[in-house]
Amino acid sequence: MNTIVAVAKKDLRIEWRTRTLLARVVPFALLVLVLFAVALDSEALLLRAAAGLVWMAMLFSTMLVVQRAFDIETSDAAMDSLLACTAQPSRVFYGKALSLFVQLFALAAVLVTAAVVLYGASVNGNRVVLLVTVVVTATGGLATVGTLYGAVVANMTGRDSLLPLLALPVLAPLLIAASRATEAAFGSQTIDLANGWAWVGVLVVYAIVFGSAGAAAFSPLTESDS
Amino acid sequence: MTVSSTGTPTTRVIGGLALLITGWVVVSAFFITPADSVQGDSVRIMYAHVPTAWIAYLAFVTTAIASGFSVARRHRTLGFDRVAGASAEVGVLFMAMTLITGSLWGRLTWGTFWQWDPRLTTTLFLFVTYVGYLAVRRIDTDPRQRASRSSVIALLAVLEIPLVHFSVVLWRSLHQEASVLNTDGDVRLDGLMLFTLFSGVVAFTLIFVWLVIHRQRLTTLSDLERVVGLDAAITARRAENSAGVTA
Amino acid sequence: MTSVAGDTAIRLADAVVALGGFPALAGASMSVERGELVALRGANGTGKSTLLRLCAGLVPLARGGATVLGVDLADDRVAVRQLVGLLGHRNGLYAELTCRENVAFTAQLVGASPNDVDDALQRLGIDARVAVTRAGALSAGQRRRTALASLIVRRAQLWLLDEPHAGLDTAARNELDVILRDATRSGATVLYTTHEVDRAGLATPRTVTLSGGCVTSDVSSKFGVAQ
Repeated sequence: MNTIVAVAKKDLRIEWRTRTLLARVVPFALLVLVLFAVALDSEALLLRAAAGLVWMAMLFSTMLVVQRAFDIETSDAAMDSLLACTAQPSRVFYGKALSLFVQLFALAAVLVTAAVVLYGASVNGNRVVLLVTVVVTATGGLATVGTLYGAVVANMTGRDSLLPLLALPVLAPLLIAASRATEAAFGSQTIDLANGWAWVGVLVVYAIVFGSAGAAAFSPLTESDS
Repeated sequence: MTVSSTGTPTTRVIGGLALLITGWVVVSAFFITPADSVQGDSVRIMYAHVPTAWIAYLAFVTTAIASGFSVARRHRTLGFDRVAGASAEVGVLFMAMTLITGSLWGRLTWGTFWQWDPRLTTTLFLFVTYVGYLAVRRIDTDPRQRASRSSVIALLAVLEIPLVHFSVVLWRSLHQEASVLNTDGDVRLDGLMLFTLFSGVVAFTLIFVWLVIHRQRLTTLSDLERVVGLDAAITARRAENSAGVTA
Repeated sequence: MTSVAGDTAIRLADAVVALGGFPALAGASMSVERGELVALRGANGTGKSTLLRLCAGLVPLARGGATVLGVDLADDRVAVRQLVGLLGHRNGLYAELTCRENVAFTAQLVGASPNDVDDALQRLGIDARVAVTRAGALSAGQRRRTALASLIVRRAQLWLLDEPHAGLDTAARNELDVILRDATRSGATVLYTTHEVDRAGLATPRTVTLSGGCVTSDVSSKFGVAQ
């Protein structure tokens, strides 16, 4: 537990000092939302697509945040020292995932607000509970898969282009589930509240599966550096 | 040591049989079997489409199982990894053929190249996943490291694909728009059609086995080339001593 | 010198390491006892760094045998990583954290106390001003000291240092020699590389020379020529 918190605090402290999320990722994600609006060119269509667009922007932004999270480990070979200090690489995995979770959760809050402001999406009453649950569970899935595939490509040549190629197909179920559930929370005509909660179930299973797989795979992944 | 071919009597028999049966399937599919009462001649695509889809999935199951064995043996024997890689390469090829034949058939039957049907969508994601797997295998590195990296990705794909399939099924079933799909593509097969289809599956399975054996041996040879090259390189490296490189 | 198997820190027997097909080590053999201070000498590209990385479990052994601190590297090169501290051209520091935060992070991971951090910083002569400076803004020598402080906090049993004297002024080099000798006195084994003949000769009881990926000479100043 100590290691998990230490690693997460270290990552968040570095993020706080460099403010990469605030200065680059948040503007990028907002830009994506604006560009979607320009490309679709229809307010009705935007409102209908709002949930999916929010999560598309989240997926793209996750790639950036994950790359940054592993750049700080590999640029001065700090990951080697970090792993040499701990007997359980899985704790390093959870620590990095926790820090990613915090960052991505903040980003998701910004993007949902932006969807309300820019796309005219609305949330009210008990739909807020669904929305918050969706964001928490989906962000959990993004953080675990992001950390896992960030570690997969961390020591590879050409990792910048490999990360999206490997991680995005894996994130497809999360995108489907999070988009549908968020649609329900936005009060869409095509999906009701109960179905929205069904998708939250998928998100929970997803986060648990990749949370455990990531912890198990982290050790063999980090062995194979050179 | 010189190796001029990766073939052996066994692969020649497999290859010969594959050719023979494929020949029969081509003749039967185009000239002997009847056209479908609803779909007409387009049903003949099925004789290629169904076997390629079968091989594609067989290939990925093979890759997953071989990767599992490779991990269990801690990549000490690289044979499993080579089979996994060979099988994935062939699988991606056959999956591309599945998607192409499927969308051609879809155009003729449904009027569209693509349907967001769970099976199609899962197949597409499986295809992209294994393209990524092959991209990782292409990174030039020590064979054991290649084995360790790629097996992790192959095993994660085993987790991913059921999740993709399940979520796509759920997505389509909750969708309230009416389905454009009136025919689900099932056809009534008479005995000869069934036999031709079965022959196609056998022929393509033989082709798959033949390709995997050859590809796997080719990887073995190129790994071996590294070893042989290493011998010469060690000798050359040691010779630096007598050249007086010391400071 | 008699030795029990448990006293051997490093034993290499015709060790070959291939980096992308190139044999950076082409059959190196050497043996280092626990508590020894050994200098690895050789021109650039003779395999010094690779030998250190092999001992740290970072590169796979292609052929031959290698045992480090009782761990067979052909079998398991991960277990050794917790026992050794490798300080290469890269220091393993987080540029955005201060010198002290870097060392304190290591301390947190291994369960060492804040006092241990202060002790380590003091032993390496890192003053209060340097301690609160971001690692990215430190000089090369200060960064190396910070990394060494982390090794002390980690209580690494085997120190593998790649060109630790490079980029340091004379005073700092002498201080480093003291630090290394202190480390061996407190039980650690130190293996470091250098391409300077003088430094290896004066400061270290034993000098191993590499050439063409092989050990070509092994001289102990106390015991005479060992090989």
